[in-house]
This record gives sequence, C-alpha cells and structure tokens, in this order.
Amino acid sequence: MILALTIAVLVAGAVYLVLQKDFFRVVLGFVLLSHAVNLLLFSAGGIDRRGEPLGSGPDPAVTADALPQAFVLTAIVIAFAITIYLIVLAVTGRPDTDGDAAAGAAGTEQDTDDEEARR
Amino acid sequence: MIEMLIPMFVAVPLIMAGVTAFGQEGRRWPLAVLMTVLAANQLAAILLVARTRDGEVLGHGVGGWSGGIAIPFVADAFSALMLAVTALLTLVCSWFAIAAGTGKIKLFAPLVLALTAGVNGALLTADFFNLFVFIEVMLLPSYGLLVLARRGEGTLRSVSGSRLYVTFNLFVSTVFLAGVALIYGTAGTVNLAELAGAAQESPLVAAATAVCLFALAMKAACVPTHGWLARAYPSTSPAVTALFSGLHTKVAIYAIYRVYAVVFDGDERYLWIGLVVFSLTMAIGVLGAVGEQTTRSILAFHMISQIGYILLGVALFTEAGLTAGIFYLLHHMIVKASLFLSTGAVEEHYGTGNLDRLRGLVRKEPVIAASFFIAALSLAGLPPFSGFIAKLTLVLATVEAGHMTVVAVALAVSLITLLSMLKIWNAVFAAPRKESEEIEELAASAGPGTQRVITAAKTGVRTSLVLPGLLLALVTLCLGLGAEFLLGLSSTAAAGLLDTSSYVEAVMR
Repeated sequence: MILALTIAVLVAGAVYLVLQKDFFRVVLGFVLLSHAVNLLLFSAGGIDRRGEPLGSGPDPAVTADALPQAFVLTAIVIAFAITIYLIVLAVTGRPDTDGDAAAGAAGTEQDTDDEEARR
Repeated sequence: MIEMLIPMFVAVPLIMAGVTAFGQEGRRWPLAVLMTVLAANQLAAILLVARTRDGEVLGHGVGGWSGGIAIPFVADAFSALMLAVTALLTLVCSWFAIAAGTGKIKLFAPLVLALTAGVNGALLTADFFNLFVFIEVMLLPSYGLLVLARRGEGTLRSVSGSRLYVTFNLFVSTVFLAGVALIYGTAGTVNLAELAGAAQESPLVAAATAVCLFALAMKAACVPTHGWLARAYPSTSPAVTALFSGLHTKVAIYAIYRVYAVVFDGDERYLWIGLVVFSLTMAIGVLGAVGEQTTRSILAFHMISQIGYILLGVALFTEAGLTAGIFYLLHHMIVKASLFLSTGAVEEHYGTGNLDRLRGLVRKEPVIAASFFIAALSLAGLPPFSGFIAKLTLVLATVEAGHMTVVAVALAVSLITLLSMLKIWNAVFAAPRKESEEIEELAASAGPGTQRVITAAKTGVRTSLVLPGLLLALVTLCLGLGAEFLLGLSSTAAAGLLDTSSYVEAVMR
C-alpha cells in the first residue's frame, strides 16, 4: 500500500511539473515520472519475497524476483542518460541568466541572432 | 546454424558505431565504414528475406540458453522484409546526407550506425523489455541527429523541435515501460512467445498490453497524438527528416502489428477501436496538410494520414487486410523517403522549402521534377505505381470486411492527397518562372546567406543530390509494375501473423 501511494504521489508531482511552462521544471517532472514507473516495475515482481536470489538452493517461496530488478536497473540508466540530454537542451538557446523570466524569452525573434552567434 | 548470425544485425553496427566515434572532424574513414556496414546490412537483410520467403521462422536465444530464459532474436518474413526496406532507406539517406554535407559533420557516422543497431534490434526482438531497450537505442542517436549541425550553424528551430521530440518520446517510452511492468505483474513474463494469446484469455493482460499498444500508437503518430511529428520533423536537416520518416514511426507500426497478432491473437472484440482511430488519423492528417506552407511540413502531415492507411490493415485483421497493410507499409516507407529526398535536394540547393519562394523548377530541374512526380502520384495511389496496388488491395480488403464508411473515408482522403501533391507541384515545379524576380525574392528571403542563394539560382542541383530520390522513385515504379513479387512476400508475412504457432515455436526452441 505504501508503495502504491508513493507511486501515486510521484505521478501527481510529475504531472504538475510537466504542465509547467519552464522547460527545466518539465525535465524535473520527467525525473519524478521515471521514478514512479521504476517503482511500478519493482512492485510487478512482488515485494513480499525479499530473500537474496543467490547462493546454493535458494527457496523460491522467499527469494526475491531478480528480473524486475534488472529491468529497473536498465531503465534507470536510460532515464538518466535522457535526463542529462534534456537538461542540455534546456540550457541551449536561452540567455545565461537565472530565473524563470528568461525561459519565456528564449524562443523570441530578437534573441535568435546572438544565440546563433554564441553557439 | 545460420540462426546464430541473427544477433549480428545488432552487434556489428553497434560495435562499428563505437569504432567510428573515434573519427576526427573532417576524416573520411568513418563514412567509408558507415557505408560498408550499411551495404553489408542491406545484403544480409536480402539474404534473410530469401531464407524466410517460404514462411520459415529463424529463432536464436543469445548465449545458447533455453527458450524463455534467453534473450530471443527471431526473424520471420515480416521482420525480414522490414529489415530489408529499412536497410535500403538508411543506405540511400546516408548517401544523400553525405552528398548534402550533413554527413560530413562529426559524429554523423556513429549516430547512424547506432540508429541502425536499434532499428534492427527492435525488428528482431521477441521480448517486450528488449523492445523497450532497442527503441531507446534507436531514439538516443536520433536525438543527436536531430540537432546535428556544424559548430556555429545550429539553429534555434532545430533546438525547439528537438525539445518537443525528446520530451514527447521520453513520455511515450515511460508509458511503454509502465505497460511492460503491468504485463509482468499480470502475466508473469514479458516474452512474446509465452504471452501468445494471453490477452484473449485474461482481460487483465489485455488491459496491460493495451498500455503498451497505446504508447506505440503515440509513437506512430496516430490522431490525436500526431502534433509532435508535424512540428519536429521539418525542424531538422532534410536528410535526417527523410531518414526518420522511414524508420521511427514505422518501427512502432511494426510493433503494433506484431503485438496485436501475437499477444491478442487478432482478437475481434477490440478491432473497432482501431477502425475509429485510424480513420480519424487518415482524415485529420490530410486536412492538416492543407494549411501548411513549406514542402516538408506538408509531407509530414501526409505521413500522418498514410499511417492511418497502414494501420487499417491490423484493424481489419483478415488475411487480405494484413497483406495489404504490410504491402502499404513497405511501399510507403520508400515513397515517403523519395519525396523527402527530392524536395530536400531542392531545399539544400536553393536554401528554402517555402512554396511561395520557389517556382518553375520543372524546366531547370527536370530529373527532380520527374522523381517528385512519380513519388507523388504513387503516394496518392495512381497506377502504375506501387501506391495504386497498395491502396487497391487495402480498399478491397476493407470492402470484403464490410466497413463501407471506412472505405468512403479512405477514398476521399486519397483525393485530397492528390490535390495536396498538386499544390506542391504547381508552386515549386510548374509555376512560370521570371528569372530576375525569382532571384530578388530569394535574396530577400534568404537574409545573411544571400550570396549563396544567388549563385544557387544560377546553377542546377548537383547530380549526387538528385540520384537518391530518383533511385527510390524508380523502386516504387518497379514495385508497381512487378507487384506480384512483393504481394507474395507480404502475404507470407501476413500468414505468419495470422498463425503465430511457428513464431512461438522458434522463440521457445
């Protein structure tokens, strides 16, 4: 139940952030969303069996399912790589000023020339 | 024995991607490696088609583990055909990219090789989680290709297109992953063969798999989630647009065909959803093209409309329907890439794809005009090109299944497609040309690159830019005249989807 609630909270936070205007918040929203899905994958293997799936003669009744854990590991790596790329996209083509106000101006015409010159 | 070579379709391009990544800026050898690997890939795919053409299914579990535990790679007629056509497109588009200069930018070769590895893997895998991984392997280099530009020449437009593309695809992948989790939770496996028919027996598995299908349909740009494609594709270089048009959405379509055939076993209860969604995709895609002003954005909207036609095959799920759908898919990949390449050649040379700023190219560029004309008529579905056969078989299959409304939509959309192709033809190729006025207009529109544009208007497009589009246009003509050949292969592929027992057996071996 705690796992289900955690997933729900993460998804709610993700939806809120993804719908924001600032691109960096959208990226953070996707970080939350991928965590939520990783927990979902994790719970798909059943969370009541927690014994280590190693050693001689593991008991299937108490041994944890290793497959979803491997899935989660792979998914984390992929999500991490794309998040980095998204952050790069978030800072490319916007002025080097802090704060959200700059984000709105990033795509406007007058910035285009010096943006292209800068890169 | 030959089964053991199937994973090479993924391994070789991936390793070579790593090797070519060491290439310095301006070196030629990465491009030589790229073209060699792509040619070998094409050859291997053709051999695979020859091997599977009688319905044989080749399966291999990596590392020799028994079925159900191993990472499965399976090739049947459908995946072999897809491999052959994607290989052809990658080869031709890379050729165009190298001719246009996009290919000479650093990291082009490794990105395309990694993309090839991902596409091949996604077409050959028989496991949901591996499908997710291979789609990611395919997408990550695409993100790079989308913003690929020389230092200092990147545009804000491609960054904004890329932002949209990456965010959308990340969202879709996350939804797909959630679907995989739900399938594992409900069925206890993500192996396609073990899941065969599972969705028909258990509504829970059906709901879980539907999440995956939903994600794949978004990736294939079905209405109402089509907006990303029309905005992201025209934002990059013409060569990359052509490459993406042939690979990305088509891999998703392939996966939809495969998943619905194997996991749902062609369940008739859910087919109506497909009929509604795909009819809407056909109609809304073509109407979207009406308001567009550049060649590539018009073509991008047409692609959405054509995706509706292709997926109609799986929504009918009869033998005739699947055969027509697969034929349509293969034909469409070739024709669309041809159109993007011929308009791309114009855009690369004259610096714009805007309809208002180009005119009268028919006398100046007769070869481009001819290849555009052939591909456009083929897209609209006129004889003697492959588009006619594709549309005819699809409409006949729909009539046979008794969906007259869908037939009406399909025919009406064809007509609008033709009108829209005529719009490009009239504006870019046929309109009378006034030399001085044209150069003035071009100069006014081009801004900083004026000098280049004026010289461009005086010389013709280079042959190396014209040939790739022409080659694909000739392929569609050949497929139209010799349609029996490809129809036979498509029907073998369709039979493999209708009766999945040999596929399941090959995976579990």
